[in-house]
Amino acid sequence: MPTYKLSVNGKSVTVEAPGDMPLLWVLRDKLGITGPKYGCGVGACRACTSHLNGDEIQPCVVPISACANKRVTTIEGLANGDTLHPVQQAWLDEDVPQCGYCQPGQIMATVALLKRNPKPSDAAIDAIENVCRCGTYCRIRSAIKKVAAQ
Amino acid sequence: MTTSATGRLPRRRFITFLVAAPTLTVAARLVLDTPPAGAAPKSGGPKPDPATEPTTESDLGTTYVLRVRSDNRVIFESPKADVGQGISTAIAVLLAEDLDARPADIDVTLSDAEGLPGQSVGGSASIRGMWQPARDLAAQARARLITAAAERWSVPANTLWTQDSTVFAPDGRSATYGSLAADAARVSSPAVSTQPKPATQHAVIGTPTAQLEGRDIITGKTIYAMDIGLPGALPTVVARPPTIKGTVASFDDTTARAMSGVVAVTPIPTGVAVSAGTFWEAMRTAEALHVSWGAGPVDAVSDAKVNERLDQAIPPFADPPVLSNYVDGKFEFAFVNHAPMETVCTAADVRAGTAEIWCSSKVPNGARTAVAEVTGLAEAAVTVHVTRGGGSFGRRLYPEAEVEAAQVSQAIGKPVKLMWTRADEMRHGRMRPASHHRMRIVYLANELVSFENLSSAVQLDLGLSPVKDMIDPGYGGYPTIGAAFFALTQVTPYNLGVETKLLNEVPLDFPTATWRSVYSGHNRAAEEIMVDALAKKLGRDPLGLRMELAKTAAAKAVLQKLATAAGWGRTMPAGWAQGIAYHEEYNSKAGCLVEINATNPQAPRVTKAVVVADVGTPVNPSGLKAQFMGSVMDGISTILSAGNHISGGAVVEKSFADFRWARQTDAPLQFDVHLMPPDGGIGGAGELVVPAAAGAVANAYASATGKQAWRFPINS
Repeated sequence: MPTYKLSVNGKSVTVEAPGDMPLLWVLRDKLGITGPKYGCGVGACRACTSHLNGDEIQPCVVPISACANKRVTTIEGLANGDTLHPVQQAWLDEDVPQCGYCQPGQIMATVALLKRNPKPSDAAIDAIENVCRCGTYCRIRSAIKKVAAQ
Repeated sequence: MTTSATGRLPRRRFITFLVAAPTLTVAARLVLDTPPAGAAPKSGGPKPDPATEPTTESDLGTTYVLRVRSDNRVIFESPKADVGQGISTAIAVLLAEDLDARPADIDVTLSDAEGLPGQSVGGSASIRGMWQPARDLAAQARARLITAAAERWSVPANTLWTQDSTVFAPDGRSATYGSLAADAARVSSPAVSTQPKPATQHAVIGTPTAQLEGRDIITGKTIYAMDIGLPGALPTVVARPPTIKGTVASFDDTTARAMSGVVAVTPIPTGVAVSAGTFWEAMRTAEALHVSWGAGPVDAVSDAKVNERLDQAIPPFADPPVLSNYVDGKFEFAFVNHAPMETVCTAADVRAGTAEIWCSSKVPNGARTAVAEVTGLAEAAVTVHVTRGGGSFGRRLYPEAEVEAAQVSQAIGKPVKLMWTRADEMRHGRMRPASHHRMRIVYLANELVSFENLSSAVQLDLGLSPVKDMIDPGYGGYPTIGAAFFALTQVTPYNLGVETKLLNEVPLDFPTATWRSVYSGHNRAAEEIMVDALAKKLGRDPLGLRMELAKTAAAKAVLQKLATAAGWGRTMPAGWAQGIAYHEEYNSKAGCLVEINATNPQAPRVTKAVVVADVGTPVNPSGLKAQFMGSVMDGISTILSAGNHISGGAVVEKSFADFRWARQTDAPLQFDVHLMPPDGGIGGAGELVVPAAAGAVANAYASATGKQAWRFPINS
């Protein structure tokens, strides 16, 4: 079985896994990093959204072989110690989560959006496809606008 | 349901008492008082609600426990599963109020299956069930903390006051609850009142409180069932039949067993389970299994057959009186999957004489019973730990994953973590039953004569739902539990003349279930469409007509608020429209107004939603607003885009790619909530707004497009 070296949340890790194994299951089942959530396995619900070299990915459809020698950031790696990322802080301030299961993905998608587009329009926010089954979309929008206004 | 020998419902009451423990521990025990014949129910506080809060003999003797620890943490083991509805935070608000503690000092943990009173979540009953005992416990604890401080400082107890988890004296001394917790544990006779505060003194109840789990959620620390790290637990998925409730005829696992990571292949009644080193390996192997499947009970059924059977189950209308006029409506609603973001998942460790289960169950005692039955163990040998759940909407009333995980763990002698894939949930998970509704409002001149609501639905597959224990199938002579539940819960809030209302269930063996707001989400939405149709026919304003027909002053007040606060009647561009609807249930009332842009009828957008709600006493306005926002999204999704289709005995949809649940691009850009002032009552809120939102969206769509939709979801 092949071996892959990658950086996860700033730590260098080496994992042994079949090359076509999705990053999501390497993170969850081999590394015990459970912030990225399983919701569909086909990149449709985006609950697993994380970053690869700073860009948004859905780890459930990215094979580990595509992550070799790259930087993976999950929700666990977003805050700086006890200091929350501004997007996380806005999520708390707006009391965004309901069940919370999709929120790691929503937050990681938002961080990626704001990196590409620091002042997103409503249309740009609409383009976030992450599903929130609890339906807290209005608070997500408020939180994004709050960060964008800072 | 439990009734006394006299046939009267016993009155539920909690008695609180001190528990011998190293730090302050108070408990509340449920007692049942049977009112004597002719006695009126005691006024004040929540009224017992047998329709939503089953009371059984097994509840007696079990207690709620509140602990104040020396580290200044207040601990309450909650009987109410938290699946995102925010009940843990709401309970912390109740405790904080009468304890004068900071909500952040309170840990509401989820109790194991212990037969606690009301240890189930359903019927929007949680806050009504916890309202009295939580405040009683907190007031008892606070009185003892004050008494302990008074004794320590040798001052009269009635000179002390409490705030922020601390007791204060006029001379400037103060002591945290933690520092008093050991002394307070020995206070058997408090020197100050142990009664909860009157509503006029509420400072926490009614103030927005952010969900206490928020920080863990947004940093990825929250442990859902999917995240349980049970050492050695093997990731397990089940290869399931191609059609609903199909069976395993035979299977060949030769190839599968040679695949990487595979540890065990286990046939169970619902399929063939694969346990492996990772979920991905288990899923890949399950797909590679060669299974010969037996037929399921609905293999010959597709949507057309479902609709034909539902149509046939509705009797004809009565002949309308001579010279009368009438408005007719016919509505069809598709099946709808619960689709919680976290698919069901259970960790199970079944040993020779014990079983230990970790899951997110809204009925942990039911899960325990089911696991005991399937493993052959005594219930006392089964421990069920409850984790936070990633959404439910009714899904987590049914312990399929708990049962399957126990079966596999027992068969292979190892702990497992069994997960349903999204495709499993979509294709074999439970759904709101498909339904048809035929309605007729008859009027003569300006008098409303009668309202007929003749409905049919695919039968409820109640399994271990608490609903099953709430209703005696023979009650009132109803043919099925679903029919009885419909009759007991479907209340039309308008004076429409003589009402005829019934639901006939069609015995097709689909995996159906109660879904957020149960029959109200479709049936009451359809009734609200009928009121709009009546208004159109009479040339009346839909809101004005509702005000006129509403049965209660409280309903009229909600509608009046909706008219003024939401901008009802403002001019909209072509292809846009407003829509309203109203619903009352769970001792609460709600009106909803939406504005829709349906210039492209295939891709409508609800741009604004306003909810006015009367929940009696708003406990946590932030949590209420969250529930209403989610309910509006449920209304938008089920009316406009999301439903399940049946083809050849199988559900067509497989994921969120084809089950078109609303996303950010479908959400209103403006969302407002107005809460009616507290009136001393206490009502449920989790499901309240779903029917109002669904009705409002359907009515707005009809106004905007000029076409009355009758089949939902409209675009699927």
